[in-house]
Amino acid sequence: MAAPHSPMHQFEIKRIFPIDFFGLDASFTNASLYMVIAVVLIAGFLILAMGRRALVPGRVQSIAELSYEYIANMVRETLGEEGMKYFPWVFTIFIFILTLNLLGLIPYSFTVTSHIIVTFAFAAMVWIMVTLIGFARHGFGYLKLFVPEGIPLALLPVIIPIELISYLIRPVSHSVRLFANMMAGHTMLKVFAGFVISLGFIGGWAPLAFLVAFTGLEFLVAFLQALVFTVLTCIYLNDALHMHH
Amino acid sequence: MELEAAKMIGAGLACSALIGAGVGIGNIFGNYLSGAMRNPSAAPAQFTNLLIGFALAEATGLFGLLIALIILFG
Repeated sequence: MAAPHSPMHQFEIKRIFPIDFFGLDASFTNASLYMVIAVVLIAGFLILAMGRRALVPGRVQSIAELSYEYIANMVRETLGEEGMKYFPWVFTIFIFILTLNLLGLIPYSFTVTSHIIVTFAFAAMVWIMVTLIGFARHGFGYLKLFVPEGIPLALLPVIIPIELISYLIRPVSHSVRLFANMMAGHTMLKVFAGFVISLGFIGGWAPLAFLVAFTGLEFLVAFLQALVFTVLTCIYLNDALHMHH
Repeated sequence: MELEAAKMIGAGLACSALIGAGVGIGNIFGNYLSGAMRNPSAAPAQFTNLLIGFALAEATGLFGLLIALIILFG
């Protein structure tokens, strides 16, 4: 339990409807609430934007089409045309994380992606999916991923464990990046907000100006981290689909 | 109390891994920009590679941050 004025207070999870699922705590928390809000927002926005498909798109339809095209191009570039069947999955990951990041920037709201367990669940899902796809496509030949071509035989006992560890560490680095960026950014915002209050009416303007600028930067970080998460998903998928290193 | 103080110092030391991440990220974006200035038409095609480099450089620093968080809250 963090004190109400501590920078960590904003990350506290509160139970809204306590649910006990056979001894497991499956309560509907504020984190679940924000995920539901994100899903409703995304579905509502895309249905509204694409409901009236005009040939010359309006403002709302343009946003939907731009985001679709952006991710579609990225998938086509990294995975090729055959990778387009994974596009719905990649697009879902991108738009869900982006919406959660942006929802967190609204004052007094809750940032779901600032919790390591949430981002780790995303990253673990990606990792398990990629590994399954790799084995389904290449059979045991997928293990050749750990043996890079053109390496002298004497180096193999060193290279294979390194490759194996770097493969196994993927979900960790994948999730910690998103989590640490969101958490550090929001903590910093709160710390500087505390400076505004403690410096008072005279001295508080400097941290307030910084706070405004930093909030702008946080919007960039929210977008960039969602994008980086998606790009890495594409790259891992590319490893599984094409196996060239 | 002795252990508590050592933990705090250790967490602070672990955060020094982020120095490398900062240098790395600055290096990547700086080099991307100087390359993009020389050949602006080739720049958009390399944006994905830029993000990969950024992600890899950041990951090494974040492992240090993770150690710090584990020490403090684990």
